[in-house]
Amino acid sequence: MKQKTGLGHYIYIVWDYFYSNIVTLVKVASHTFTKADTVEYPEQMPYLAPRFRGRIVLTRDPTGEERCVACNLCASACPTDCISLQKTEDESGRWSAEYFRINFSRCVFCGMCEEACPTYAIQLTQDFELAEYERQNMVYEKQHLLIDGPGKHPDYNFYELSGKAVSGRAKGAGTHEAEPVNLKSLLP
Amino acid sequence: MSPVVNNLLNVVLILLCVVFGAALLTWLERRLLGIWQDRYGPNRVGPFGTLQIVADMIKLLMKQDWVPPFADRLIFIVAPAFAMFVVVAAFAVIPMAPGVGVVDLNIGLLFFLAMTSLGVYAVMFGAYASDNKYAMLGGLRAAAQMVSYEVFMGLSLMGVVMLAGTFNLRELVLAQADGWFIGPQIVGFFIFFMAGIAESHRTPFDLPEAEHELTAGFHTEYSGMKFAMFFIGEYVSVLMSAAMITVLFFGGWLGPAWFPPLVWFLLKTMALVLLMILIRGSLPRPRYDQLMSFGWKFMLPLALVNLLITGALILI
Repeated sequence: MKQKTGLGHYIYIVWDYFYSNIVTLVKVASHTFTKADTVEYPEQMPYLAPRFRGRIVLTRDPTGEERCVACNLCASACPTDCISLQKTEDESGRWSAEYFRINFSRCVFCGMCEEACPTYAIQLTQDFELAEYERQNMVYEKQHLLIDGPGKHPDYNFYELSGKAVSGRAKGAGTHEAEPVNLKSLLP
Repeated sequence: MSPVVNNLLNVVLILLCVVFGAALLTWLERRLLGIWQDRYGPNRVGPFGTLQIVADMIKLLMKQDWVPPFADRLIFIVAPAFAMFVVVAAFAVIPMAPGVGVVDLNIGLLFFLAMTSLGVYAVMFGAYASDNKYAMLGGLRAAAQMVSYEVFMGLSLMGVVMLAGTFNLRELVLAQADGWFIGPQIVGFFIFFMAGIAESHRTPFDLPEAEHELTAGFHTEYSGMKFAMFFIGEYVSVLMSAAMITVLFFGGWLGPAWFPPLVWFLLKTMALVLLMILIRGSLPRPRYDQLMSFGWKFMLPLALVNLLITGALILI
């Protein structure tokens, strides 16, 4: 293609460049009258999605017992190794955590622990305001993590469904649970 | 009031107003850029965030005033002071209203041009003394840019001088009593406006300090109040360009008798400053060779043609 030359074309190019810049100026200036997108955070709370992943809590089942059975799956799922815990067993046969520690200065709030948890014990909440003046305060112990309610799955009770006998409930007494088969019987 | 007291009062008040106005301009610019980018800008400290300047000042004063061990110490320290000095000195000749203004030189316009030309030395000193490759690139760009934009900055004003027949800025303003020079000298205004932005090296002509390419260009190594001097110097030079355009093309303090002359002058200056901030908020930075070819191949011929036509019309 033949390259266009000449004064007319030169003037056209100059006009084109200046026109586009002037359009830019006018469009930017028109933003004087648009509303700012800023969410003025401390006064105005931002919208949080229903599945927002914030501060981690340990929930209790509907009867008020701790849900956590200290299986260690959350700790092994954790990509930053910020969860540490130790299992213990009480006289009724329930397993629970002797200590349960989350180091929130390492935590990346990925939610892997919540996905790994077989008892819905560990859950992520909407709270993200975790600032501390001292780094040691970012380490949450079990008493800081435990909440009083059941959290996201209000009716779930692990020991009701798991089939494990704990004190007060023999084998076969749980929900959706058949009586144990009597091996000595000849009946079908 | 005796003339000496009057003069002293003028000097002190104008100096204070200029420096304080430049500081306020940092806040204003951030607020306006915020508004044009659909956010708020600094709005926390004090009413509408105006005390942000004080907060910034405290921060800059508290910072360690560090001179790099590899720097050329004397020049490194002199450069920011020089940057501030030239622009403030250029303010001396600007007539703000009848009786308001520091000196009434009969070569005021030439003094202004001389002072702005000296501005390049501050940048070059700073860049050279820093002994840093970003600073050097910034200094090279600044030198080339300011030298080439200096040429048609002067030429664009010659049309105004021809029309008024004087270099005295007060007489230049009074010559616009029956029509501002923006009408006959619209091309001159356009060229001088561009050159003014380039002289104060602001976007889109901020190649000497282009943050994205050169970290901070010629003031990469500067911190604390030395950096603040460069920074405030830049804003004073914005104010100065705007004030100068007001004086030369928009009839200075002249205007209907709704406001006193000084208010007219300030209003016009403010409007031009707003336009400069708007340009900063919207236009991207050209490449370096584009900038130079724009200067030499477009602006300079345009200035010469403008001069030619103005001269021809005056002769007829």
